[in-house]
Amino acid sequence: MKKTTFGRRAILAAAAALMVSGGPALAGSHQVLDQIHFLIPGGAGGGWDGTARGTGEALTNAGIIGSATYENMSGGGGGKAIGYLIENAESNYDTLMVNSTPIVIRALTGVISQNFRDLTMVAGTIGDYAALVVGKDSPINSMDDLLAAYRANPSEVSIGGGSVPGGMDHLVAAMVMQAAGEDPTAVKYVAYDAGGMAMAGLLSGEIAALSTGFSEAVALAEAGEVKIIGVTSDERIDAAPDVPTMKEQGIDMDFVNWRGFFAAPGLPAEKLAAYQEALTAMYDTPEWEEVRARNGWVNIHNSGDDFVAFLENQEGIIKDLMIKLGFL
Amino acid sequence: MLEGLIEGLVTAFTFTNILMVIGGVLIGTFIGMLPGLGPMSIIAIMIPVAISIGDPSTALILLAGVYYGAIFGGSTSSILINAPGVASTVATSFDGYPLARQGKAGKALTVAAVSSFAGGTIGAVLLMIFAPMLATVALLFHSTEYFALMVVGLSAIAAFAGTGQVSKAIMMTILGLMLGTVGEAALFPAPRFTFGVQDLQSGLSFITLAMAMFALPEAIYLVLDPNRSKTGSGGTSEIKDLRITKAEAKEIAPVVGRQSLQGFFIGVLPGAGATIASFLGYAVERNIARKEDRDKFGKGALKGLAAPESANNAACTGSFVPLLTLGIPGSGTTAILLGALIALNVSPGPRLMVDNPNIFWSVIISMYLGNLVLLILNLPLIPYIAKILAVPRNYLIPFILFFTMMGAYIGQNNATELLLLVGLGVAATILRFANFPLAPALIGFILGRMLEDNFARSMQLYDGIGFVWERPMTTGLLFLAIVLVILPSWRARLARIRARGIADGD
Repeated sequence: MKKTTFGRRAILAAAAALMVSGGPALAGSHQVLDQIHFLIPGGAGGGWDGTARGTGEALTNAGIIGSATYENMSGGGGGKAIGYLIENAESNYDTLMVNSTPIVIRALTGVISQNFRDLTMVAGTIGDYAALVVGKDSPINSMDDLLAAYRANPSEVSIGGGSVPGGMDHLVAAMVMQAAGEDPTAVKYVAYDAGGMAMAGLLSGEIAALSTGFSEAVALAEAGEVKIIGVTSDERIDAAPDVPTMKEQGIDMDFVNWRGFFAAPGLPAEKLAAYQEALTAMYDTPEWEEVRARNGWVNIHNSGDDFVAFLENQEGIIKDLMIKLGFL
Repeated sequence: MLEGLIEGLVTAFTFTNILMVIGGVLIGTFIGMLPGLGPMSIIAIMIPVAISIGDPSTALILLAGVYYGAIFGGSTSSILINAPGVASTVATSFDGYPLARQGKAGKALTVAAVSSFAGGTIGAVLLMIFAPMLATVALLFHSTEYFALMVVGLSAIAAFAGTGQVSKAIMMTILGLMLGTVGEAALFPAPRFTFGVQDLQSGLSFITLAMAMFALPEAIYLVLDPNRSKTGSGGTSEIKDLRITKAEAKEIAPVVGRQSLQGFFIGVLPGAGATIASFLGYAVERNIARKEDRDKFGKGALKGLAAPESANNAACTGSFVPLLTLGIPGSGTTAILLGALIALNVSPGPRLMVDNPNIFWSVIISMYLGNLVLLILNLPLIPYIAKILAVPRNYLIPFILFFTMMGAYIGQNNATELLLLVGLGVAATILRFANFPLAPALIGFILGRMLEDNFARSMQLYDGIGFVWERPMTTGLLFLAIVLVILPSWRARLARIRARGIADGD
């Protein structure tokens, strides 16, 4: 069996993992940059942390960059790191900051005083779709069922989520209801302080449905604990071909919780091009594929102007919805 | 089941896995001793190593070892320097630190080690026998019951409302609850009491407040105490002594047994966890103790140390029930463990026992081994660890201050935490000199946020306060809380009346 042989391999692998930020590997494509410093606006172990460290690992292992360093700077819902990058722009041209959809939402609500336009937008690299989920014993099997139950008795059909009211999970639920022709403000959204707690709430039966990230629900769906009744992608996802999209159920909406990288304002054009080249080259490497598969991420690559257009579009949709919901 | 158990035994007792258990608990204990590095951050640090191992059983055995090793180690700083590094060891300091001040640091550490061992081991037995059945129990609690459970937990403050201290204890609890509302709450999108300070947006961090409320005032008190002795901080001869007398063992044995059970079941609930378990354990044991024992709580009672220590370790083991059988993380720490499992292509949930029985069982079996290793490892080290207190105070106090500062800084990498620490620490020291008990403030802070979240959620789900009487279990728990608060004073009153009656009657 495998177990008996792996002692030494494990130690070697552990050593290799510790040396991630060591010298450039021999294999892989040509080196684009010597060094990238990753600024992580949250603590160790979170989604931002995993994205930055995973990307850095793939880039160094593939030999695209020489080395990667990481810095966690939590505070102010990510605002502290953004402020730092803007104030110390000139000394931080070697820095890439990881961020995701909440930068758009928190800038709109004023939690963060700056927004993404104050930074140099480098590229969106990965993403996760959102999903609506119900418990395995629920009579609801599709979005039609959910909407029928909701129309019959709106106050009984509460939708939970792991974010504050006006946060991402709430906005997705509201977007879905709006696209289905309902009043998004009438939906009873029940907030939990983390995705795991919200999932426990769904399984215990205190909420009828859960708005969550697709990747957070897919394992439990495979285990038969929950049913995913709709995903916010344009087409069905390879990892779960049985799960219908919102669009094919007549609900015209899509949503991506993206993650990507930003740099200091006033970044020299050649430096920006180098970052974008490095990230683009990363997708074709087996090292990235390994990191991506390990974390269950979906490649959603938006570079340069595409990224700007994507962010502005998302900001517009979210802003309209938040005004409607009364958060702005 | 038996087949899986045997396969688990075989997996757990391979050379690599035994090595992983030992390595994991060692890393966990030693890093866990440093305030500021709780199980969550240590596990986060270890994840890349675990993932590179590749084999899910081995990886989980390593991480689980780190987890309960860290809980084990966390009690050391609570006892020795009154610096609880994680919320679940706050209750440990209530009686652990007074014991250390009395020069019984060795004994306190031994009681903590033995109670932790018992809690962890009993927890592992319960996990093995009942895990599949408990999956449904974990889901019995709705937000309304969590709210009621937090209220029961708050009744632990009664322990600090000793003679003439009732109003002070209540004031400090309210202060703690208020501090808990700083920042953004889960249910309200607007930041509260941040005064525009960006670093307050996500609230005060537990570690900063714990250091400011407990460790810092104690260190300053050691310097400023007008009655302080000129020599060290206690009788040095006894510090290293770790003997527990037979009578003492007999005294704490039932406490450890009860709290291991109670702690385990509280740990099973995804929204409660080791912190609630330790507070409840402390509150319950204090209330069922005899009058003369009860008065010792908070002043260095062995029972008051054994209760939270067995409860928090049993609860850690209990938290593996929802993680392994349902795939739901009940705490930040188990959420990180879940992430690691998924990264290793294992999906925890009801199918785990069927699809990967060797992972499920080997982890549980490794827990016995891990707890044993912790005990064997820690007992001989206690005299040396306890000796820290024999260090002359002009070296000891800077040492404590250094660890306090480091604890507040290290988790967040944020220098503002240091300013907050000093500001809050000065305020807490003034309160300490004015004889205000600080523990209720910290309990209020820890429970306050969960209390508010669950209360607001219940109000929303039930369209009002009706859940208090509509859900029998909620009503029962709230009734229990009232009993826990009223009973001690009622009994005291009864005793007074009776004493007077006898005096008058003659």
